[in-house]
Amino acid sequence: MKYALSTLAGATALAIMLIASPSMAEDDGIIVYNAQHESLTKAWAEGFTKETGIKVTVRNGGDSDFSNQIVAEGTASPADVFLTENSPAMVLVETAGLFAPVDADTLAQVPQDYQPASGKWVGVAARSTVFAYNKTKLTADQLPKSMLDLADPSWKGRWAASPSGADFQAIVSALLQLKGEAATADWLKAMKTNFTAYKGNSTVMKAVNAGEIEGGVIYHYYYFGDQAKTGENSKNVELHYFKNQDPGAFVSISGGGVLASSKHPKEAQAFLKWLTGKGGQDVLKTGDSFEYAVGKGAESNPKLVPLVDLQAPKVDATTLNSKKVTDLMTAAGLL
Amino acid sequence: MFPTVIAVFQLLPLDGSGTASDLMQSAVDLARSGLPSGTGRRARRRAPLWLVIAAIFVALLALVPLAFIIWIAVQTGWETVSALVFRPRVGELLVNTVLLVALSVPITIVLSVALAWLTERSDLPGARLWAWLCVAPLAIPAFVHSYAWVTMVPGLHGLWAGVLVSVIAYFPFLYLPVSAALRRLDPALEDAAAALGLGPRRVFWRVVLPQLRLAICGGSLLVGLHLLAEYGLYVFIRFDTFTTAIVDQFQSTFNGPAANMLAGVLVSCCFVLLGLEVLVRGEERYARVGSGAARHQQRTSLGRATIPSLLLLVVTTLLALGVPFVTIGGWLAAGGAAVWRLNEIGLALGQTLFLALAGALLATVAAMPMAWISIRAPGPLQRLLEGCNYIVGSLPGVVIALALVTITVRIALPLYQTLFTILVAYALMFLPRALVSLRASIAQAPVELERAASSLGRPPLQALWSTTIRLSAPGAAAGMALVALGIMNELTATQMLAPNGTRTLAMAFWSYSGEIDYASAAPYAFIMVAMSLPLTWLLYVQSKRMAGR
Repeated sequence: MKYALSTLAGATALAIMLIASPSMAEDDGIIVYNAQHESLTKAWAEGFTKETGIKVTVRNGGDSDFSNQIVAEGTASPADVFLTENSPAMVLVETAGLFAPVDADTLAQVPQDYQPASGKWVGVAARSTVFAYNKTKLTADQLPKSMLDLADPSWKGRWAASPSGADFQAIVSALLQLKGEAATADWLKAMKTNFTAYKGNSTVMKAVNAGEIEGGVIYHYYYFGDQAKTGENSKNVELHYFKNQDPGAFVSISGGGVLASSKHPKEAQAFLKWLTGKGGQDVLKTGDSFEYAVGKGAESNPKLVPLVDLQAPKVDATTLNSKKVTDLMTAAGLL
Repeated sequence: MFPTVIAVFQLLPLDGSGTASDLMQSAVDLARSGLPSGTGRRARRRAPLWLVIAAIFVALLALVPLAFIIWIAVQTGWETVSALVFRPRVGELLVNTVLLVALSVPITIVLSVALAWLTERSDLPGARLWAWLCVAPLAIPAFVHSYAWVTMVPGLHGLWAGVLVSVIAYFPFLYLPVSAALRRLDPALEDAAAALGLGPRRVFWRVVLPQLRLAICGGSLLVGLHLLAEYGLYVFIRFDTFTTAIVDQFQSTFNGPAANMLAGVLVSCCFVLLGLEVLVRGEERYARVGSGAARHQQRTSLGRATIPSLLLLVVTTLLALGVPFVTIGGWLAAGGAAVWRLNEIGLALGQTLFLALAGALLATVAAMPMAWISIRAPGPLQRLLEGCNYIVGSLPGVVIALALVTITVRIALPLYQTLFTILVAYALMFLPRALVSLRASIAQAPVELERAASSLGRPPLQALWSTTIRLSAPGAAAGMALVALGIMNELTATQMLAPNGTRTLAMAFWSYSGEIDYASAAPYAFIMVAMSLPLTWLLYVQSKRMAGR
């Protein structure tokens, strides 16, 4: 009897634990594989839920792991929407044929420059490559004219990057498209000798600020985000925009797409439409993400250098090759 | 002091290592060797078939990640494998990893032996308090140690930073078994050596230290395996090891062959450590023979060495507890009320507790058959099965997670990203912790009770339940606490395997600190430490009890 009782108690306890498992496997609402900054997507999801009542469950990760993960999952992917920081991950999923076409009215909200001709995904935000440098260590005339200059032996031990991040890999993919495979491989090889690796762009900026290193190749918004907070990790930092159609002036498009296998296609499309519409783009203008807004007529945060002044190189986002980039970087010993 | 250092180095030429499981392992071995042999040879019998089947099932499950890596290697083909394994980057990582282990482990051994001797065998003032303070750093996850150090010394990086933080974060793993072993030593042996004319130093060297061999080996292996598996600690201080490189590859390519091949090399490193431990540990007997019981030890008077000894303990405590507490406190103060996002924190806390409890339960249940067989019906099959469990327990979480992600995606899709899979991963990773504790307490439950219950007509499972399983409950609880502690601080496998929407304390901490928002990360660090402290206390009490005091 006692035995039966304790078995019963044990089984009940286990059952309660399994049932009460706090909001882990939600079946309602949409699941977003989010490679964007957690705080930005959180603000987006909250705004969207507030307006439409549709629940959003976010799984956070990076561009590359999610894109490869979605390909591995195939049509069985639990994700409804995929958001990235850069385009190569979008291209990977699109090439695998796993995106549903984006609704026409969503596409109509974004200029042609910020979406692929295929209409399989759409730009939701953008970011610019910069050379963040420590202004007590470098003066304006000592700055590199081009990102390619950083391969020069004179830059040995003087600059940093976060090679394991999708951001830097997107910059390399632009370089690959602009200058070809041989030049990219050479540049990466020189980079391996010259640069110092950090994990994450914030960490690179922090090190630049602390004077551990003179400069680093990162995206622009880390600086503005930190300035908006306490500025303690950016007070000695200045941004250098390469401009001049340099590979280092690359503007990367953050994309959003709806999975063809989505179980909630209507809600997923609605989310994408909201992101590219007024609601989502306003979050970029007023929030603390400091990424560029890309919607038609949408304004970016006034603190930023306007997108049109950046003289970014013409890069075809639909052919950025992430696989080739990781192969080249692995071969160069950066990964 | 100096002869001690030399002695340890001579005893452990490379990086001594120990029993293939967990921190109480060596203490348990010692405890077991002293138990009455009624449960051993004389009482050997055959294990019930269902128990054997259950144990085989668990062992096979444990081998899945290993089989997976071999399978991927075979599938990838030799040419690609060799291109991915024999490249300069792997060489760099290998040098980094080997240097890290080869430097950290001996330093940890010296430090732990010194601390253990001071707290157990000397008349150091406040020895009991110091003993607890030497165990308490266990409550602080390794990546929180690192976070604290990077805050304190910005720009700290590289090999020596890795060694420093590793030693600080992991020395309790060695301190615990060594101090437990020291406590159990029979002073008669030392008396005999002294009577034969050896001075105190040579007594320590030739009599005490050799008896600590099991404990040092066990603890060192444990430290070594943790060094190989740790991720967060080395990311903060920018030191690349195989584990960080595997995670980098995973982040760049998900489950690409390069990540799996790096995992293969890492697994080989684990095997090298396991093999070294077997070589160094030897097969000597450490149990006391003869009638009567060992009397209490006398504590050595430190005399003039008291002040320097106290200084060593103060410095260790400041580095291992002071730095993290001051830093977390500092960030909490800087962040103020704004960083206590109670909704978010509450959710993370609930999910973490749930995962920790469920995982601990599963690991303990899975360890039960194996633990029973290893005590009641030991034999070659049992040793083989148990070995399987320990081997998988020594694999880094990232390797196990990588295997389970790929297997569930390719073969068992309904299990993909489910609670079930993450719990299985936890059970595999932490099975040895549960096994060790269970085994020790089953050994103390008289087999006669089980037989009596059977002969009174209870069916086998019920007989087992009403006797041995109940009596082993304290051990099971200690094991569950250990497993829960591990799960609570687990990061890499949780990130890769958890169901959608999961955000544990460790994940939240990691994501904030990745954005350099150290103040927002502080409450999570604080809660993790606060929840781990009671479990660490339990562990400390358990280790004292096992050593008979």
